[in-house]
Amino acid sequence: MQAESSYNDKVVRQFAIMTVVWGVVGMLVGLVIAAQLIWPGLSFDVPWLTYSRLRPLHTNAVIFAFGGCALFATAYYVVQRTCHTRLAFGRLAAFTFWGWQLVILLAAITLPLGITQSKEYAELEWPIDLLIAVVWVAYGVVFFGTIAKRRIKHIYVANWFYGAFIITVAVLHIFNNLAIPVSLTKSYPIYTGVVDAMMQWWYGHNAVGFFLTAGFLGMMYYFVPKQAGRPIYSYRLSVVHFWALIAIYMWAGPHHLHYTSLPNWAQSLGMVFSLILLAPSWGGMINGIMTLSGAWHKLRTDPIIKFMIVALSFYGMSTFEGPMMSIKTVNALSHYTDWTIGHVHSGALGWVAMMTIGSLYCLIPRLYNKTAMYSTKLIDVHFWTSTIGVVLYAVPMWISGINQGLMWRAFNTDGTLTYAFIETVKFTYPYLGIRLLGGFVFFSGMLVMVYNVWRTIRDVEPEPVAVVQPA
Amino acid sequence: MDIGEFRGVLTALLLILFLGIWAWSWSRKRDEAFGEAEQLPLEEGSRPPVTSNEKD
Repeated sequence: MQAESSYNDKVVRQFAIMTVVWGVVGMLVGLVIAAQLIWPGLSFDVPWLTYSRLRPLHTNAVIFAFGGCALFATAYYVVQRTCHTRLAFGRLAAFTFWGWQLVILLAAITLPLGITQSKEYAELEWPIDLLIAVVWVAYGVVFFGTIAKRRIKHIYVANWFYGAFIITVAVLHIFNNLAIPVSLTKSYPIYTGVVDAMMQWWYGHNAVGFFLTAGFLGMMYYFVPKQAGRPIYSYRLSVVHFWALIAIYMWAGPHHLHYTSLPNWAQSLGMVFSLILLAPSWGGMINGIMTLSGAWHKLRTDPIIKFMIVALSFYGMSTFEGPMMSIKTVNALSHYTDWTIGHVHSGALGWVAMMTIGSLYCLIPRLYNKTAMYSTKLIDVHFWTSTIGVVLYAVPMWISGINQGLMWRAFNTDGTLTYAFIETVKFTYPYLGIRLLGGFVFFSGMLVMVYNVWRTIRDVEPEPVAVVQPA
Repeated sequence: MDIGEFRGVLTALLLILFLGIWAWSWSRKRDEAFGEAEQLPLEEGSRPPVTSNEKD
């Protein structure tokens, strides 16, 4: 047990390293399923290698294992640094690490076995859901316990975002997963019909809003100023950004259920709130990017800053694209097509992954008593593979998706469908190929990162860092 | 008051609350506290405790 005078960086290091590991694993599974869409034989007729089982493994691995570990690592780091105190409840923090890894391991076993609740991004069955709830509450206790014993008056804005993310994800997870177990591996949700669908997308969209947005905005509000060496562009704007974002996000979920049996007013409400969301989203993006105002030259020399600014640019782009796709007439074209997949990945790879990678390159040397990563050149290589990878992924999905939508709704004058479904599948083939290439290019950058991280930390026995004392 | 009126009033109150937050965060009184807070990510103490000639 280390003294109260030093920061608890051990748990931060554990989560940071596992972020890289799960990033590689999750994206590799993504490559496999992208290849399976082109060559279905790649499942080799083995049940646990089918697309339907590996796809939830991919989404869970990249969101909750890669993204989750990144959020644990950075939240624990940021809350200690900005509160001038050691992390509260050291053993509970260690429990959150091992508990979260156990959740990931159980997901990696049960999902290929076909054990699932069939709720998107909430596939895991009830025993694992219970474990998640316990780990998550422990996470909240550690985080807010640290806030409670802070030694400075003000709670830095990044902590507000992390705090909202932790509380909201707990509420979303618990209520969406209320179910009646009938055996160890099977349960039935307590909700039925359209109520079940609305609960699922209340959860699903707020998982995007709070897990993949608010949490990573917390990361942005600490690591962008840190790496830029300048305070955030407008602290006032960050306060308004926070309250606007959390007030509006909660109502946007129904846009996942346009033209379903959900009441029409609820669909329109979801659309209107999605459109309003553009304002806080762009406020946050502008706040992040303008932090570099007066120091734009850093973009030429610092690949970590490049990661962060491009991540913010993708954030701005996907938060424009999202509201646009939530408009019912646009959604009538885009829904159920590859356009959605392209939109998700410009957010997930462009915003979430690139912000995480940039923050990790800023964080890891500091966790291992180094001044910088082993190779800045390799960070630059990683930056370009990531950027080119996302573009190669998103652009073919736009082309494929829009054409799918147009072909599906094309009618002949006698009212019959112009295209058989198989013709639309055939049309998408080349674009699925380019998407696979984009995914591979992005993934290759992660391997460069593994090497760079390994060379940075391999010979270090990390020493504790002293807590900042009052002046 | 029926539920519709209650919801209408609640929405109006929340909107006023949001405008209040806006006014609060832009008030001159917040200058000092925000000025201190925004320096937190830049602290030397949060840098690696090694002697170096790092310039970032």
